[in-house]
Amino acid sequence: MSEHMNGVRRAITGVLSADSSPDSRVGSITDREQPADGSTQHSAGRTSVETTVKPVIDIDDVTFAYGEKTAVENISMSVEQGDFLGLIGPNGSGKTTLLHLMLGLQRPDSGSIELFGEPAEAFEDGERIGYVAQRSTDRGGTMPITVREAVTMGRFAHVGHSRLSENDYEIVDEAIETVDIADLADRQINQLSGGQRQRAFIARALASEADLLALDEPTVGVDAESRDQFYGLLDDLNTQGISIILIEHDIDILTKHVNKIACINKELYHHGDTVSFLESEALAEAYGAAHGVVEHDHS
Amino acid sequence: MSLDTKRSDDGESVARATGGLGWFVAGSKRERLEFAGIVATAALAVAMIGFILFDWLRFAPGWTGVGPLADMLFGQFLIVGEWMDFYLGTNVFQHPFMWRALATGVLIGVVAPLVGTYLVHRQMALIGETLAHTAFAGVAIGLLFIAVTGWDGSLLLVALVVSALGAIGLQKLTERTNTYGDVPIAIMLSGSFAVGTLLISWGRDFASMAVDIEGFLFGSLSIVSPEGAQMVAVLSVAVVAVIAITYKQLLFITFDEQAARVARLNVDRYNTLLIVMTAVVVVGAMQILGVILVAAMLVIPVATASQLSQSFRETLYLSVLFGQAAILGGLAFSIGASLPPGGSIVVVAIGFYVLAIAVSDRTGSSITMH
Repeated sequence: MSEHMNGVRRAITGVLSADSSPDSRVGSITDREQPADGSTQHSAGRTSVETTVKPVIDIDDVTFAYGEKTAVENISMSVEQGDFLGLIGPNGSGKTTLLHLMLGLQRPDSGSIELFGEPAEAFEDGERIGYVAQRSTDRGGTMPITVREAVTMGRFAHVGHSRLSENDYEIVDEAIETVDIADLADRQINQLSGGQRQRAFIARALASEADLLALDEPTVGVDAESRDQFYGLLDDLNTQGISIILIEHDIDILTKHVNKIACINKELYHHGDTVSFLESEALAEAYGAAHGVVEHDHS
Repeated sequence: MSLDTKRSDDGESVARATGGLGWFVAGSKRERLEFAGIVATAALAVAMIGFILFDWLRFAPGWTGVGPLADMLFGQFLIVGEWMDFYLGTNVFQHPFMWRALATGVLIGVVAPLVGTYLVHRQMALIGETLAHTAFAGVAIGLLFIAVTGWDGSLLLVALVVSALGAIGLQKLTERTNTYGDVPIAIMLSGSFAVGTLLISWGRDFASMAVDIEGFLFGSLSIVSPEGAQMVAVLSVAVVAVIAITYKQLLFITFDEQAARVARLNVDRYNTLLIVMTAVVVVGAMQILGVILVAAMLVIPVATASQLSQSFRETLYLSVLFGQAAILGGLAFSIGASLPPGGSIVVVAIGFYVLAIAVSDRTGSSITMH
């Protein structure tokens, strides 16, 4: 349990050496750092190294509709261990739906999704996923609750109905220190700024020792400086092998931090590394399909 | 309960070793005061459960042999009551009915704010009122059933079943609409009350219904029957136990339902649990507070506590304390002024709320520094 956190701490302080954590994650980092083929067809050019490591998420020909309204259509892609995947697309393009499908919050109408090798809707290891939603979904604005209480929730999936142990509290403390909000731990969540708040939620995900972070537009309403810090933190976490899926509207920010991009507008327009995405026409096509006007200026 | 939320450096290990209550051990003066209040409340609640138990056991079958002992202990409460009457110049505490009302009130003062803390912060405050109206329909159904069949079961038991079923129905309804929108709630609230009034009027035409409807509507001290008090005692123990066991899960779901789903908590099951507990508490509280005022006990102490607390755990403790203060203050006022207990309790509770707003330096709980 805490070896993982120790790993996190070590890496944060920049001591990530080859022999420090001989677990599968190091392997996956190495995989990721192999030059990707830059192809837009996701698993087409994967090397044989990766067949030994199961993808974190494997989506196979998934379609989902709200009643008559199709949200995502025929999407196939996978998220590998160590990926920092940016999910972009115009408003209403099904990004959040796809994220919810990936996390097993919704069931696909057709196709299948595997989460850590199990069908997503039957996946039970809730503590392996950390989820940070847009600011509006939690009750932190009106509810008296301290930062420490919120972060401690990350341990709830581990302990079930039994008591939290000494070890659980240590993990919570470490998580709070990792995201650098130790001085705010006994403050109420609603006294925090937007950026500090989202850090607290990241701490909750770290406390659950998640292998996968899913973030749905985490920095809406957060000032630019805090946002940069926040993404810096995500970069650090990713460096230690935590896979991250991020929905973010700001393409400049996104391309600066992520190493893979999936561009969707109901269908998948592109999935591959960031460089190949910028070179492709995927963005224009995806946004063009929604609006008929391409306003973005990426060439 | 097992979540320590606040720890000072030196008391850390002590606090952990002693579990939930340890939160107070090395704490500030305020925390010690709260701790003392909780201990006093718990002692009072245990004494009241004792009274209800003795009241129950004194009619135990002869072969058990506990009857005479229970009767003797029961008598002790009445003797205490006589002394209280003597010093206070009243003529109420020596009567068993007053002790039953008092016991029911004290227990409701514990469990209603406990359940209410989750309801209020899930923005489900009106659920309590709705379920009270459903329970009223349950009372009507029970009255009719008893009048027609001559069954000698408990009216409150019927109300409890109907209210719990109504709670589950409401839950299913809101799950389908995928939100606790207030439309299904408003429909259920007025609908069940309508059914209740129709049943009572219709039933009066062909059967005699010897029950004080006004007592159920506005609450009354004399309406609390031995069975009613026993039911409240059993339910209180059950609700406190369930909340102690599911504190963490209910907190997670209350705070961030989406993240709780991702963490693979069975959100729907806990929602149902919470709403059924609410139904149970409402039926118990209905006897004293009345159908119309019952929601107040779920909401006002919690609002008062939220105004003053830092953490969620503190909110839970403070709301129980304010709930208890409102019950005791309200009953005292009610007895002193010979007015209905429901209104008295609610007015006292609101008094505390106004005071809390005046005292607290927050203009609202949603201040941000952003």
